[in-house]
Amino acid sequence: MIPTREEMEQAFAMRHGEELQKKFAGTTVAVCGLGGLGSNISIALARAGIGKLILIDFDQVDVTNLHRQQYKAHQVGMYKTDAIQENLKEISPYVDLEVHRVKVNEENVEELIGDADIVCEAFDRAEAKAMLVNAVLEKMPDKYLVSGSGMAGFDSPNRIQTKCVTKKFYLCGDGVSDVNESNGLFAARVMVCAAHQAHTILRIIAGEYDV
Amino acid sequence: MVTINGEKVNAAGMKVSDYLEQNGYDLQKIAVELNEEILPKSQYDGTILNENDFLEVVSFVGGG
Repeated sequence: MIPTREEMEQAFAMRHGEELQKKFAGTTVAVCGLGGLGSNISIALARAGIGKLILIDFDQVDVTNLHRQQYKAHQVGMYKTDAIQENLKEISPYVDLEVHRVKVNEENVEELIGDADIVCEAFDRAEAKAMLVNAVLEKMPDKYLVSGSGMAGFDSPNRIQTKCVTKKFYLCGDGVSDVNESNGLFAARVMVCAAHQAHTILRIIAGEYDV
Repeated sequence: MVTINGEKVNAAGMKVSDYLEQNGYDLQKIAVELNEEILPKSQYDGTILNENDFLEVVSFVGGG
């Protein structure tokens, strides 16, 4: 039996407090990339009762994603935008979702994320991360931006931290652990970084800007 | 002296692009903030570091 919208809203307010929940419900977050970071971040935000998520990815779920990304074996081959919608609606049926199956570039970025209050960078490749961060900071300096860099490998999870680079730009991760053949990605360590990003977003919405 | 990523560096008078090149940064994987403002890539070459500037070079690594 799926709870009604009212029941869900009451439960959110009970857990988070009514005032904070209103802020969560009134916020739009764009999650760019729906891999290990983005799938975990969007689930955490949907669970928190964020009003609207703009979800962007061009890729399909691959069997090699299942070790860390929040998809299921039967979703292999699906576009991540479709699979994440399915999964988020199962968790939080009334969250407003806007999905874009597209590769983000300097030309389309403003149109894709222009409506977001907060932008979350959750790409895999370093070049894509840098492109998005530069584009948001240059073209949309009023937006908050939360990026993730350095969560590969088997190093201590305690090395993953959140740093406030400039007033509206937050960077989560250990900053150095690059992914390569000898340095793979592990679900829990990626989730630590995803949790840093998701919680930083919630804190920004709450007006708590320090790290 | 210029403060670069929290450290005092004798780089006043240098072009940002020269500093980045000499220190081995991959321009495709960085974002540069000069005195709390993003420095667009198109301006790396034309921007000269001044005394007391704060430069922050954020290097991204892969994984997500």
